[in-house]
Amino acid sequence: MDTTLTKNEVKDNGLRRVSFVTPQAAIHETKEGYVLQAEMPGVNKAGLEVTVTNNELTIVGRRSDPEVKAETVYRESRPRDFRRVFELDPAIDSAKIEARMDQGILTLTLPKAERVKPRKIAITD
Amino acid sequence: MSLIRYYSPELSTWSPFDRLASLRDEFNRLFESGAESSAREHGLLAAWAPALDLYQDRDHVFVKVELPGLKKEDIEITVHDGALSVSGERKEEQENKEGDSFRSERVFGRFHRSVALPAAVDAGKVTASYKDGILTVTLPKAEEAKPKQIEISAS
Repeated sequence: MDTTLTKNEVKDNGLRRVSFVTPQAAIHETKEGYVLQAEMPGVNKAGLEVTVTNNELTIVGRRSDPEVKAETVYRESRPRDFRRVFELDPAIDSAKIEARMDQGILTLTLPKAERVKPRKIAITD
Repeated sequence: MSLIRYYSPELSTWSPFDRLASLRDEFNRLFESGAESSAREHGLLAAWAPALDLYQDRDHVFVKVELPGLKKEDIEITVHDGALSVSGERKEEQENKEGDSFRSERVFGRFHRSVALPAAVDAGKVTASYKDGILTVTLPKAEEAKPKQIEISAS
């Protein structure tokens, strides 16, 4: 499974450029498939969009944390939504992808299709 | 640990040290050697400095820290000597340690951020909330730190 990342900008319907923050991610392979985690602080279940098209997995996280209505003294965080595109291993069964959001961490489980899993064949007498 | 000094926003809105740290990370990524990436994996070189924002209005100082993936119990907040410290630990889930890691940009382990507060606060009334991976600390300003209008008495 690979990740492809081009310029993280998308044109909205009014053809304005919208830029995003690329979330930090981690991918692990398990027996059943892959587990992908992405850090998206300020994003909850309602702000999450996960789409699969042509072997490309797109994650968009829209922040719902309210802006603090006060004078900014010092700021390091970027008030942008998150977006990242991953190329999927063709072995992944895209219909069975599951997403979970917990304290700003998105966890996607990407199971491999049954046909590609190693199968033990029982020998009959 | 990264200690951030308070800079007047007119002079500087960012800490040069943090920018250097992230630049260093970028270089490390470019010239990643096997030894270094394995050291980072084991938390030896992992320095995690979560993004911190500081705001104030007439009555409060607000501090927002991006801390995705922690447990409320693992965050420690202290106010001491005009500075707020946030520290804690992000633990890697056991299930993720098994199997092959394809790509790991996430950092685990301890972190510590301190920030000098722009005004005196009432330490007894500080409140904090943790939601969607964002910690928000609300610090009411001490009475003597609030701006007061002085009336001119008629003579």
